[in-house]
Amino acid sequence: MTNDNAPISRKAFMEELRRYQKGSVTRRHFLGVTGLGTAAAVMGGAMPGLLPSRARAQDIGDRVVLATWPNYHDAANFDAFTDETGAYTQVNVFGSNEEMLAKIQAGGSGWDVFVPTNYAIPTYVEADLIEPLDLSKIPNFDPASFDPRFADAGTIDGVVYGVPKNWGTTGIAFNSDKTGGVVDSWKAFFDGARDKWDGRVMVHDYQLTTIGNALVYHGFSFNSVDPEELAKAEKLLIDVKPHLYAISSDYQPAMRNGDAWLTMCWTGDGKQMNVDMPEIGFALGKEGGEIWSDYYAIPKDAPHKEAAYALINFLLSPEVNAKEALAHGYPVADSRTNALLPEKLLNDPIIYPAAEALSPLEFGAAVTLTDPNRAELMARFKSA
Amino acid sequence: MTQSRARALLLTPAGLWYAAMLLLPLAVVLIFSFGERSAIGGYAPGFTFEQYANLPARFAAFRNTLTLAPVGTIAALLIAYPLAYFLAVKVSPKWKTMLLVLVIVPFWTSILIRSYAWIFLLGGKGIPALLETIGLDDVRLLNTPFAVLVGIVYGYLPLMVFPIYVALEKLDKRLLEAAADLGTPPWRAFLQITLPLSMPGVLTGSMLVFILLMGEFLIPAILGGGKVFFVGNALVDLFLQSRNWAFGSAVAVALVVIMLITIGIYSRLVKRFGASRDDVGLM
Repeated sequence: MTNDNAPISRKAFMEELRRYQKGSVTRRHFLGVTGLGTAAAVMGGAMPGLLPSRARAQDIGDRVVLATWPNYHDAANFDAFTDETGAYTQVNVFGSNEEMLAKIQAGGSGWDVFVPTNYAIPTYVEADLIEPLDLSKIPNFDPASFDPRFADAGTIDGVVYGVPKNWGTTGIAFNSDKTGGVVDSWKAFFDGARDKWDGRVMVHDYQLTTIGNALVYHGFSFNSVDPEELAKAEKLLIDVKPHLYAISSDYQPAMRNGDAWLTMCWTGDGKQMNVDMPEIGFALGKEGGEIWSDYYAIPKDAPHKEAAYALINFLLSPEVNAKEALAHGYPVADSRTNALLPEKLLNDPIIYPAAEALSPLEFGAAVTLTDPNRAELMARFKSA
Repeated sequence: MTQSRARALLLTPAGLWYAAMLLLPLAVVLIFSFGERSAIGGYAPGFTFEQYANLPARFAAFRNTLTLAPVGTIAALLIAYPLAYFLAVKVSPKWKTMLLVLVIVPFWTSILIRSYAWIFLLGGKGIPALLETIGLDDVRLLNTPFAVLVGIVYGYLPLMVFPIYVALEKLDKRLLEAAADLGTPPWRAFLQITLPLSMPGVLTGSMLVFILLMGEFLIPAILGGGKVFFVGNALVDLFLQSRNWAFGSAVAVALVVIMLITIGIYSRLVKRFGASRDDVGLM
């Protein structure tokens, strides 16, 4: 692997990484100086023809297509993958598991690797859309080093369909200058939305979390599909709706701008906002809420399967995975990767919350993805 | 005959295009609309009217669309007509081209980017911050139906301006001179000559804007903060979120039917105002 053409040498990169680890520079500075921000612009790699083609001992083709979530990778790692294998990574970004599933269901997505969340995997298996993984092609996946809590959902009936990428939670991001302190319950969140924070609260445009947290408010399971419990959640949501700032999963701009003071928020987004604006905090709902794990998987109809295995294996190497974690701020379940991460990050209460805070959280259940009642509830909420 | 064969040959590309790009997708939508949602989402074959019977579940979305589309069209018309009149009749030829370019250029930029620009203008640090300096506190503009209306009128204004401009540009000035010679006051000449003769442009522009507004989903999602829900948004959710393709298809068919009825009314209006179809140019 040579880095001669990279915007920053490997040595300088490691120095910057250490400065970041010591906390002497901000993440934003780190991304800027190392060129990772700019690399993102080239990441799409719209013109594969311009890339040098190289003779390889093991030819995996010249490209691999990855369907993933926003702000979820370190672009420099894709460049390194190209340097190592000759295949460039084309990245498609999605907003929800439902949208990803719809594209794969329609057929011909052209994706080689995608990143389903725990609760979506059973549906992919049931619909026969996901490839059982040949683990001999992913030597960097060492099951023993992964926390089973965030790795188990990739295996169904003894067959491994997904290897763990990251895990995280869905909590509350709050602007403490405006809220006057920590907001750490869904009770405070939904009641405050109709009262002192009128017009300043955002919920996801996403049935799983928006309905789930409204259920948790009433003390029900995050995953409930019980019609009576759903009816109570619906009443709460429709009651709150006129007081909401927005129903959107793109909450960072409004939070940073100061227009929104509170939002449902994923771990990494919470960390990213907190780093840039310390007044924005992140807390888990003490009544419960979502904990999730994402997996690397391969669609049945992937056009470049060899490249897919190579990319997954590359991204799971602890060194690469550590760089990924530094870039996106989501926790990793791999003890080998965590051994490479700075102590400060491992002790970060946003990224790695205390076990007591995690215990009331629930993993999303497969049934929520396909339950027609939850889908219709969401439509009524949005059109109310 | 060679001539008819040549004609057939020339029409073949258009015929194939329409068959592949219009009829085929429409047929798929129609077939899907009688099917069912499979247990894991998507489409399962079947023959049922259940999806159509379920249409009232999206009543609010249709109501919102059928309210905002006419309101948006009329608002765009009220702003576009004086502008087109000014450009076609009042402005000196020296400035005309430049002003026309100024109307078109924003249209070359993606509507997505232009709508995002409005997020900053209408957001707390934009216009509301300016209003605060003159003592108007806590004005909320973004994520309201008003913001959606602003975005829609702004986004589709050029589509309204140009047909009206073309109609006014063609206007025979001698008619107005004759009216003036005969003692008609200018406001009456406008009502009796200019306005009726520009009606084809008004109808074309209105129809273009109206049809696009009926299918709009981007602007309400961006400037309405997801709280303003149109049929377009219902369709996006049905196909990409709840993956109820059968019901989504029925909603799409219903939207097409509403459009056809609207266009039918439109054709009648065109006839009533005495413009030939060629003049109107759309249908």
